[in-house]
Amino acid sequence: MDERSEERENMLELQDLAVSVEGKEILSGVDLEIGYGETHVLFGPNGSGKTTLLMALMGFPRYRITRGRILFCGEDVTTLPPDARARRGMGIMFQRPPTVRGVSLQQMVSICSRDDLDMKSLAGDMNLDGFLTRDVNYGFSGGEIKRSELLQLQAQGPDLVLLDEPESGVDMENLQLVGKAIRRLLQKDLVRKRSKSGLIITHTGYILDYVEADHGHVLCEGAIVCSGNPREQLEGIRRYGFEECATCTR
Amino acid sequence: MYALEEIRERARAAAEKPALYGSDLDLCTYTGEAGECAYVESLEELEDLEDEELARAGVEKSGRERSGSFVQIDGTVVHSKALEKGLEILGSREALERYDWLWDYYWNAVAVDADKYTADVELNPYEGYFMRAMPGSRTIYPLQACLYIREPRFVQRVHNIIIAEEGSELHIITGCASKHEIEMGLHLGVSEFYVKKNARITFTMVHNWAEGMDVRPRSAVVVEEGGLFMSNYIAMEAVRSLQTYPTARLVGEGATARFNSVLVAQPGSELDVGSRVVLSAPGCSAEIVSRAITKGGDIVARGHLKGEVGGIKAHLECHGLILEKGASIFAVPELEGGDPDVDMSHEAAVGKIAQEEVEYLMARGLSKEEATATIVRGFLNVKIEGLPPLLEREMHKMMELSEQKAL
Repeated sequence: MDERSEERENMLELQDLAVSVEGKEILSGVDLEIGYGETHVLFGPNGSGKTTLLMALMGFPRYRITRGRILFCGEDVTTLPPDARARRGMGIMFQRPPTVRGVSLQQMVSICSRDDLDMKSLAGDMNLDGFLTRDVNYGFSGGEIKRSELLQLQAQGPDLVLLDEPESGVDMENLQLVGKAIRRLLQKDLVRKRSKSGLIITHTGYILDYVEADHGHVLCEGAIVCSGNPREQLEGIRRYGFEECATCTR
Repeated sequence: MYALEEIRERARAAAEKPALYGSDLDLCTYTGEAGECAYVESLEELEDLEDEELARAGVEKSGRERSGSFVQIDGTVVHSKALEKGLEILGSREALERYDWLWDYYWNAVAVDADKYTADVELNPYEGYFMRAMPGSRTIYPLQACLYIREPRFVQRVHNIIIAEEGSELHIITGCASKHEIEMGLHLGVSEFYVKKNARITFTMVHNWAEGMDVRPRSAVVVEEGGLFMSNYIAMEAVRSLQTYPTARLVGEGATARFNSVLVAQPGSELDVGSRVVLSAPGCSAEIVSRAITKGGDIVARGHLKGEVGGIKAHLECHGLILEKGASIFAVPELEGGDPDVDMSHEAAVGKIAQEEVEYLMARGLSKEEATATIVRGFLNVKIEGLPPLLEREMHKMMELSEQKAL
């Protein structure tokens, strides 16, 4: 029974997760819990393993889990392929998605969507009107890719949203739009009935101006070295850099 | 008639001449005799072909949204009728009897002595269609033509002549198919296209042969000033061997040719398919796009662009996907520039489906199989510029029909 109540508390639970890429250990035992309706941000220097964590969470085979496990809504999904995780309610925003020739953005959105949705108006909201008939990601700018990814995620409506630097490459004009889309994804306008959770990698922290986060984590050399108030963490990182995080014993 | 004798003479001299490409076929082994088929005034009355067989050849039986139809079964023309003014469609033999001037177009674009297959068409009874769009005539709806093989071991010889007179527009949808059960058969198709000044021809062809069929189309196109020729070729079903290398010669200023081919090689199939464009006048442009997928067969995808004068622009794109071990794709893109002022380029790529793309789609909820199928479909989904919407729709319909079986 104890386990049951724990399951209800957390949407995602990582237990001692170790991940290797091409034989090299990138994550060396990550523990993380994300409750229902919570948004967590992940800070960390380049190469600390942030993207690896997200990719391993989604189940891409290149990111080999060598130890530990991933519980999603109480279910062990450690060995499930990405499509099974997607169907269970996990959704990821790719940082550098591939171009798929002959497959239009519109088709991608239909693939994602679980039920009828007003694609045109959603695309309009994302400032992507002219893009629906184009091959997905073909010739898209950095910002267009972010918006296209968010459009697909909104169609998918995942319970756990995994975002890899959603603000990078986005111009000021579209930053607000991207922020709004993420707020929608995470049901930020709901307070009591909010059920969607998120894990957001951010390098700059700008996204915190648009999306309030509940918890922050700092990833250094493959392990979480600090968890706490994201605003305070960001302030600390800005002032002292990640070097301090590595040695900080707070 | 002297000219015809000379043609025959050249054909006889080439009767044993193997083709440059493709496996060499022994023409003596095809001993099938064509059965009897009755001529029908309307496709609705056609009883010699099942609806499903017609559909496989891309034929709209109702004739709706078509400007005319031509159907040949084995060696017999069973239906030939144009429904719109300014268009003519006849069996080739009848047309050659009717029009003296047509002999000027006969073996003019394709050489009768190109190889033993062209020679064989000349030296034996043949049929085929003659299509002509009168000067300035424009129809929205395409003409449809179907060449069907029903008899085993039969050689279907056709000699098609297609003329778009000055300022006219001619859209053609054509299907070639055979009964699935026939264990052996040969299709020899000569097609000569003439695109006059400022005229345009779009030619969309789907091939649905059977495992035992050998196919040797021999096509050539002459495009005059400001003219446009566009070919969309789809071959996805099993065939024993298919070898073709149509050539367009752009002889007038500002002439354009586009070739799109979509090929799927089934296990055991041997496809050697190319397109060639010779650009001989300034302002001409050409594009060759080929998408080839092998599910076990061998594909040679050729492309040859020859820029003889400056001020021309030409591009060749050849992409291949190998889905099975033991299958092969040999991409042969060739560029030949004869002037410093040519603008010619090509890109070719052969390989497997990118894992990254499969995972991308899987992350959106598609299974691995669904993701692969989506990517393969997308790969074959060539965007064709300048194809009227109706034809684009029809082409996709034909592709979908082929895809259902082929993929």
